[in-house]
Amino acid sequence: MKRADKIASSGATVVAPLGPSAAINGSLAPARRHARRGIRRVLPGFGASLGYTLGYLSLLVIIPLGACFAKAMTLSPSEFWRVVSTPQAVAAYKLSVGASLVAAALSVALGLLVAWVLSRYEFPLKRLLDSLVDLPFALPTAVAGLVYSALYVPKGWLGQFLVPVKIPMIFPNGIRLAYSRAGIVLVLTFLGVPFVVRALQPVLESLEADVEEAAHLLGATRWQTFWRVILPVLRPALVTGFALSLARGLGEYGAVVFVSGNKPFQTEIAPVVIVASIESYHYAEAAAVAVVLLVLSFTLLVGINLLERWSKRFYAR
Amino acid sequence: MRASSRITDRNASGRPAASQAARGAHVRAAQQDPLWVRVLLIGAALTVMGVLVVVPVVNVFYQALSDGLAAYWKNLFGDAGTRNSILMTLVVAPVAVVMNVVFGLAAAWAIARFRFPGRTVLTALVDLPFSVSPVVAGLVLVLIFGLTGYFGPWLRAHDVKILFATPGFILATAFVTVPFVARELIPVMEALGPEEEIAAVSLGANAWQVFWRVTLPNIKWGLLYGVILCNARAMGEFGAVYVVSGHGGNETMPLRVEKLFQESNHSGSFAVASVLTLLALVTLVVKVVLEHKTRSDLVEAASLAGDKS
Repeated sequence: MKRADKIASSGATVVAPLGPSAAINGSLAPARRHARRGIRRVLPGFGASLGYTLGYLSLLVIIPLGACFAKAMTLSPSEFWRVVSTPQAVAAYKLSVGASLVAAALSVALGLLVAWVLSRYEFPLKRLLDSLVDLPFALPTAVAGLVYSALYVPKGWLGQFLVPVKIPMIFPNGIRLAYSRAGIVLVLTFLGVPFVVRALQPVLESLEADVEEAAHLLGATRWQTFWRVILPVLRPALVTGFALSLARGLGEYGAVVFVSGNKPFQTEIAPVVIVASIESYHYAEAAAVAVVLLVLSFTLLVGINLLERWSKRFYAR
Repeated sequence: MRASSRITDRNASGRPAASQAARGAHVRAAQQDPLWVRVLLIGAALTVMGVLVVVPVVNVFYQALSDGLAAYWKNLFGDAGTRNSILMTLVVAPVAVVMNVVFGLAAAWAIARFRFPGRTVLTALVDLPFSVSPVVAGLVLVLIFGLTGYFGPWLRAHDVKILFATPGFILATAFVTVPFVARELIPVMEALGPEEEIAAVSLGANAWQVFWRVTLPNIKWGLLYGVILCNARAMGEFGAVYVVSGHGGNETMPLRVEKLFQESNHSGSFAVASVLTLLALVTLVVKVVLEHKTRSDLVEAASLAGDKS
């Protein structure tokens, strides 16, 4: 990426051509770099604001997370391995990763549907629907978990219709979503959908009509246009939405503990294992599992990011 | 981010009306889906949102009020534990929000007004708490301030209570809500540009005056928007606070929901949940209003910038 692109994409206005602001907006030419250093002091408070930001982040977030790693390192390597690789913990990682991957994928599908409808069609209650999309951001997760578990028990509002429905192979005993893995996926999808909708909406709304018009004139069907013209443009936003809902799902505790039932090996997610270790005062073990969870989510997120960049470069060729 | 990108959207589609009318027929044919597709997709979207969002919200109030209004009132205010949890939330959330407002202002000023090495890394660090499980946020506080923690012995010797008490709740809540205000402010300040502030400085304003008279009025709606989001999350935080509470009696409202649920007091649990749901709905309404305000502010700023060039 060229420097100028970077400046433009960072959203800073590059309006005033003269004077100090031009230099503040970025280094326009290497020769100006010297001037820029002087200019930095045109606006006050650089040292103070940066210092406060770094200090606050260090004290509240970075040093504490470091303490977690330090605590985990008090275990010998073999102990660490024994703690993080117990069958119960491994089952929990698998469920955490699996459930949040499935939920993120579902969020992408449902979020695409909702975002498409909101940005393309006119219908009654549209604005209400648009604002309700954000409810999962605002609703405390404990409330979400509580009500989801109540809705899908056999006597619940939705459970009464779903539980009698028996689907061989998938739901042989009826669609029981409360206290099951499917319930975990469901509540994580609830939390994930708004990330996808809000990532997609601006892109869908800014999509120029020209490309669709061109596709139409060239004889593409609507479906082909969507699949080959619109979807590729949406892909970065879809990936962002996927990554955000995945990150949310991997760490979620409040919503899941209510719906999952927390049975070891069946419906126990990784954060529940950490809480169990804390409650039995096995802090080093809790820290070790926390380190695994942190590394897992960072790896997944960095991986998605790299994949996205790589595919962008691939497309640019 | 959303506010600023919406603006560019509007500009992108704001082509002259005449040319739009001329090509309208084609574009409509190209962009419009058949009626049955529209009906199907709208129906599907309404069903999805109905099942995921509307039914749960209605159900919360239904269950909370299932024993009648009198019982609802008694559940909320006749129970000392519930009363205390409401007070606790009213202390913890505002303090955490204020902490993160100050941080958000400082971070946005540094990130949106200056270019320096490591700026991207700093921006990523601001977002870091989003990818840390709330449970881990609670755990690190236990590791630092717990009895066997790094500061544990010192705190006990000086009789300072952090864990299981209000300071611990505040720290846990502040940890998980760090990014909210900063994330809203950075794009708003970048979109506004530094020109007005530079003008103020060149006219002799000091840092304090620039902040109060130029920056703050410009970003006030964006700031409020961040505060609203931050507050909603702060009031609703469960995992991090659950870990530092140690079930020692001190509770916030979400913890009270869980406690009552464990005690099989369903109507009590749903009564507290209904208050939290009401807060979420109020948050949504305020959010819609503020979104509108920020957008019109940015449009104004954009049109001013347009006049200048």
